[in-house]
Amino acid sequence: MAVTRGDTTTSLAASVGLADADLVEMYRYVALARALDERMWILNRAGRIPFVISGQGHEGAQVGIAWAFQRGHDWIAPFYRSIATCLTFGMSPRDIMTAQYATASDPSSGGRQMPGHYGSHEHNLVSVSSPVATQLLHAVGIALAAKVRKTGQVAMTTMGEGSSNQGDVHEGLNFAAIHKLPFIFVVENNGYAISVPAARQVSVPNVADRAAGYGIPGVVVDGNDVLACYAAARDAVARARAGEGPTLIEAKVTRLTGHSSDDQQTKYRSEEELAEERGRDPLPAFRAQLRDAGILTDEIETRFTDEIKAAVTDATDFAESEPDPDPATALRYVYAEAPEPDGGPA
Amino acid sequence: MPARTFIDAIRETLADEMRRDESVIVLGEDVGKKGGVFLATDGLWAEFGDDRVIDTPLTESMIIGASIGAAVNGLRPIAEIQFADFIFPAFNQIVSEAARMRYRSNNGYGVPMTIRAPYGGGVHGALYHSQSVEAFFTHVPGLKVVVPSTPYDARGLLRSSIRDEDPVLFFEHKKMYRSVRGEVPDTDYVVPLGKAAVTHPGSQISVIAYGLMAHYALEAADRVADEGISVEVVDLRTLRPLDTETVLESVRKTGKCLIVYEDNRFGGYGAEVAAIVAEEAFDYLDGPVTRIAGPDVPGVPYNHVLEEWFMVSPEKIADGIRTLAAY
Repeated sequence: MAVTRGDTTTSLAASVGLADADLVEMYRYVALARALDERMWILNRAGRIPFVISGQGHEGAQVGIAWAFQRGHDWIAPFYRSIATCLTFGMSPRDIMTAQYATASDPSSGGRQMPGHYGSHEHNLVSVSSPVATQLLHAVGIALAAKVRKTGQVAMTTMGEGSSNQGDVHEGLNFAAIHKLPFIFVVENNGYAISVPAARQVSVPNVADRAAGYGIPGVVVDGNDVLACYAAARDAVARARAGEGPTLIEAKVTRLTGHSSDDQQTKYRSEEELAEERGRDPLPAFRAQLRDAGILTDEIETRFTDEIKAAVTDATDFAESEPDPDPATALRYVYAEAPEPDGGPA
Repeated sequence: MPARTFIDAIRETLADEMRRDESVIVLGEDVGKKGGVFLATDGLWAEFGDDRVIDTPLTESMIIGASIGAAVNGLRPIAEIQFADFIFPAFNQIVSEAARMRYRSNNGYGVPMTIRAPYGGGVHGALYHSQSVEAFFTHVPGLKVVVPSTPYDARGLLRSSIRDEDPVLFFEHKKMYRSVRGEVPDTDYVVPLGKAAVTHPGSQISVIAYGLMAHYALEAADRVADEGISVEVVDLRTLRPLDTETVLESVRKTGKCLIVYEDNRFGGYGAEVAAIVAEEAFDYLDGPVTRIAGPDVPGVPYNHVLEEWFMVSPEKIADGIRTLAAY
């Protein structure tokens, strides 16, 4: 996005080429994603929704990275923790919450997919499945089409370090590098693939080290440093648009929750480790950074707190009241349907 | 009307469609300068260039996965899998992704993509250059599966496949590439997907076949005609969606049904046809619904004696017809 919307620029904002207003807005997305995510867990524990898969701990990296892309022009193939990515790229809290309730109006899938499988044609967010890493190839294909059609678009995909071991990742990175496609591969490394620690998944210290095998830049960035994530993505987007090919960005993040609402992470992570991880939460870190810089004021914070609470409640109330899909529609859209004569739904 | 080989019809149709629609691209292994191992894409690279005729690394999953993405972003990819036997690394992308994209996104995204693959035995290809893989894919809602048997149909069905809004698997029997010739008009005709053809009218037995077997069924029908058995041959042409109406109409007329397919017998595509006939034409049947199919071994063996043992032949089909006629 990287649109300067304010007229003040502190040295902090200037250090990454943004205005203060950008940083405030980025903070709002991080806080909004967290608040929505926390509400989802409350609703799950209260028996209102059957399943939650969470992005808590990933939000800073997601907002920072997504901010470097042009909304409505570039493409993102997200994964199941991409709540903040999808919000930043244009989906609304209602869009996210109707997916949790699997309502007919859920724009990701009309209630057909499990929560967390976000997608929106309107916002160039590719529909995602559950077999991990398949979406990397879709983003590579989108980048191929962008190059062939000369659209100037950049395609990004994102996933965890566990998913990054899949064969599709190798096949896709190799092809994208050969053809210098406008493609960016983001790995949100939270240290665990459900229960298996990164040391048992990846043979090198960083997933980004593998970039050398494709002759592309591999960048490691602190995923709790929102502005560092933005800067890494901004540089990668510039390379991609200039025809210089793909970049691999590995953001080291933390997973503040279990893998999903069906996982109990204390079974495989110690209390000490979990306490330490809570100290790596991007939300308070970004807040402190912006307050220290004088960008985030009491007045803004109070406003955000009220607005976000209202938005989360509105999204929840809305999703609660939306109808389930009609089983009479369950046979639709297996294949394309002929347009209706009255110009109705295709 | 000029006569063309099966592969000429395919190659010319690819070129025609690329001229007609600049969003059509071709990608696969050796499809560029070499023109494909069977020369199905010969000349395309010279005419359309690097951007639209793409030699890929040996990465079947990538070929399909990137085609899905390209289709999502405005192209109409034609992906070539060099041999149908090598399609399995791409199975997840075809079945989990391409087939389900429209349904799972509630019509948000579609995948207009054609996957071409040479299939079939009888060419000394052994276990891994002979397979019939259609049943793996006809099982999956969201996919369309096409198996043409004549140059005319190859051209008309390939056009329909490329212009379709959903993923189509287009299986070409490699033994037919240069052995089958036929009239192909130079017009812009299409053969619609999901329409079978009665290629030999008859009154006593319906033989349902597709691909190379549609030719062998015709040969078998000729052989038994001298013995006074009147056979109606139905060439399915599209396996999914199946033209149930044409199949049932034929069986209701003849009262007997023999289904022929080259793939392993157990769980093969013909089993579904048999089930539909048994369920929907039971009152018209004068005998059991029967099948002639490949034996249930894991592949076509290489040695020519073993390969002949495996392959369904016109004589094996004729024997099946005789047995059913005597019932």
